[in-house]
Amino acid sequence: MSKVVKIKKGLDIPLKGEAPKELRDMPETGRFAIKPPDFKGLDLKLKAKQDTEVKAGDVVMFDKKNNDIVLVAPVGGKVVDVNRGERRRILEVVIETSDPREVIKHQTKKLEEYTHDEIIQLLLESGLWPYIEMRPYGIVANPEDKPRDVFISSFETGPLAPDLDFAMANEKDDFFNGIKILSKLTDGEVFLGLKAGNPGFFEETPGVQKTYFSGPHPAGNVGIQIHHTKPLAKGEKVWTVHPQNVAMIGKLFEKGEVNFERVVALTGSHAPKRGYCKARIGTELLPCLKESGTSEKLRYISGNPLTGLQILRTGFLGFYDSQVTVIPEGDEYEFFGWAAPRFNQFSASKAYFSWLMPGKKYEISANLHGDERAFVVTGEYEKVFPMDVMPVQLLKAIMIEDIDEMEQLGIFEVVEEDMALCEYVCTSKIEVQNILRKGIDLMIKETM
Amino acid sequence: MKASVRTYGKTRVSTLKINRMKPLRRFLDKIKPQFEKGGRFEKLHSVFDGFETFLYVPNTTSKNGVHIHDVIDLKRTMGTVVLALIPALLFGMYNAGYQHFESVGALADQGFFDIFWFGFLKVLPIVIVSYVVGLGIEFIFAQVRGHQINEGFLVSGMLIPLVMPVTVPLWMVAVSTAFAVIIGKEVFGGTGMNIFNPALMARAFLFFAYPSYMSGDQVWIAEKADAFSGATPLALGALGEPQAHSAMDMLIGFIPGSIGETSVIAILLGAFILLFTGIGSWRIMLSATIGGAVMGLLLNTFAVNPFMEIPWWQHLIMGGFAFGIVFMATDPVSASQTTKGKYIYGFLIGFLAILIRVVNPAYPEGVMLAILFMNVFAPLIDYYVVQGNIKKRMKRANVSANA
Repeated sequence: MSKVVKIKKGLDIPLKGEAPKELRDMPETGRFAIKPPDFKGLDLKLKAKQDTEVKAGDVVMFDKKNNDIVLVAPVGGKVVDVNRGERRRILEVVIETSDPREVIKHQTKKLEEYTHDEIIQLLLESGLWPYIEMRPYGIVANPEDKPRDVFISSFETGPLAPDLDFAMANEKDDFFNGIKILSKLTDGEVFLGLKAGNPGFFEETPGVQKTYFSGPHPAGNVGIQIHHTKPLAKGEKVWTVHPQNVAMIGKLFEKGEVNFERVVALTGSHAPKRGYCKARIGTELLPCLKESGTSEKLRYISGNPLTGLQILRTGFLGFYDSQVTVIPEGDEYEFFGWAAPRFNQFSASKAYFSWLMPGKKYEISANLHGDERAFVVTGEYEKVFPMDVMPVQLLKAIMIEDIDEMEQLGIFEVVEEDMALCEYVCTSKIEVQNILRKGIDLMIKETM
Repeated sequence: MKASVRTYGKTRVSTLKINRMKPLRRFLDKIKPQFEKGGRFEKLHSVFDGFETFLYVPNTTSKNGVHIHDVIDLKRTMGTVVLALIPALLFGMYNAGYQHFESVGALADQGFFDIFWFGFLKVLPIVIVSYVVGLGIEFIFAQVRGHQINEGFLVSGMLIPLVMPVTVPLWMVAVSTAFAVIIGKEVFGGTGMNIFNPALMARAFLFFAYPSYMSGDQVWIAEKADAFSGATPLALGALGEPQAHSAMDMLIGFIPGSIGETSVIAILLGAFILLFTGIGSWRIMLSATIGGAVMGLLLNTFAVNPFMEIPWWQHLIMGGFAFGIVFMATDPVSASQTTKGKYIYGFLIGFLAILIRVVNPAYPEGVMLAILFMNVFAPLIDYYVVQGNIKKRMKRANVSANA
């Protein structure tokens, strides 16, 4: 009998702009990019310099600490741009191609015959390794570790999140094969988190420990699921993989193919043509976004509005993202906004009136709706954070850089996405995810 | 502009709305540079910023982290608390007039508005002095520290008058407010960092520095006739005559006392707003009520004098108890911050408040002292709650290490 975990704390933000379940092809483009900031925990060095020609599958960047971890070119072509930010940190490596449909081929054999080391080897070579993430800290896993367990959440609950059962309908077998491969990488179990009441085809997955979850966001976050199934203790490591990436791994080992293609949801109140489309990781999004026929200033996000990264209209799809969101920028003054009734704006607090209109969906812009302040209100984060971790105390420990206390309070159990809702509801507009990442970076520096 | 007027429907309405607001916005944008670094009024930057953000929610958008934010901010939160205090304030004004006319025996000759107007004129100056002095100090500190002005004093500035007797001299209001803001708050780092509730600091300061203006039976009624007794229920209780005011009087509030504390009904209206919006902690209010009731029952059980004999539930509507636990104990900064801690914190406030009130007649206003006392202990309570959480997590580590 499978376990059902009811998540009570959390919040589903009623955003306008869900993607209708219509699948279409994305308009083709020849520009692709690898974005180093996507990869947490890697210290990447550029191998394919500006203006060099690369073949699909060639190494473009590699990790300085472990040279076996590589990022490969999704397509063959020429490195046309290396965009840098502060302190010359590389932000984007742009490749232009004439053949955007190219598929990378690898030698394969029967799934059952792969040994642990061979699996690691092929994952590294193929450039799919970074899809295996590690807890604690949500960084790219270390191939030398043997994780306690592997955790996969088969559904997303974030705002406007894609329906994975729909998006992955054609990848069912790839997903099952990926699970088989992953189960060889751990001595423990593969845990699969399912959506209670609507698990989709994931329910048929063989060879996994199933746990059903019900409740609001962040019930679909793998970190929350780990906490409620088999929580991490200090020093333990588990690996996590997003279902779409599990399918990519399955495809690699069964068919020997890597093409970095996946179904991406185009969402948000101001997205030009909402829906699901097939797109490749790193693809330029301009063809999707250029039709947004409005004069309003817009914000483009690769990912969801809580955890995604802001991109330009000419930006690229992130390595881990299966959602692109467009919302208004909202950089406007609001006359006596704090005192106004704000009937058309959503608040999780009953100090406004959105509780009167359950079910109503809202356009929400990127406006902060206030200034940053010290912590004043208490008990607010706890309402949207379904973990037995004390969020405010943890953040304060991070602010004073008390490593022992950070560890005791469970920093190894959380990553930014788990606490993103705290940042959303924060009356004092504190940058929760930013602070948490600083704490995690400090932990990595001091303890790993 | 012409083009936008010619278009119809939605565009037109929104353009009109923006145009109506625009002159003020344009004016602010025009003078803004003078208040920025290098400008002529650089030293007034915090003040300008305070007024600007009061008029307009700023146009800042998120730079990292979440892209969308809830519309609630500290201005709304504090504004809601001030709103919750309005019933107590209005009743306090009316009651100030009521007590005066009753004491001089002229109540029957006065209309509703005459009574209210008398109290209004007595109370309003106290409110103004409290806000002017408190906000003035906040502005100075914000500017010196290079901070933005914090909204915390919007509430403190309203709480301070409500816990004062109506006859308090205005200079005392000024001194105690200054004491509360500087010693009670700014020395700790400003709003969010203080250990004690600032409004209670103001009251405690006056209580100990000028006891004759803060206790006895002469201070609670403005321009009282000498012959009239102006004793509060608590003072009478301490004298062994606890039943001089009926429970109904205490519930409705036509009795002598601090400006905002007398009407339990007005306070409950405020409590409803705080609880419904979730801005006041129900955990603290509930556990404090239970704590008070438990102590009341204990005193009933072992009663040796008339004050100990009064029914336990009357303690909850007597004196400043209701006002204290609804508006003071729930101050999130000086209260316990952990969920479990709030239950303990609240319970002990209620428990101690009634104990101090009844057992130590020198301090009839036990609630004030109980809350200040528990303010000191709130971090300790939180410490143990946090340690409990840590222990649980460490146990998990030991289990897996031994497995």
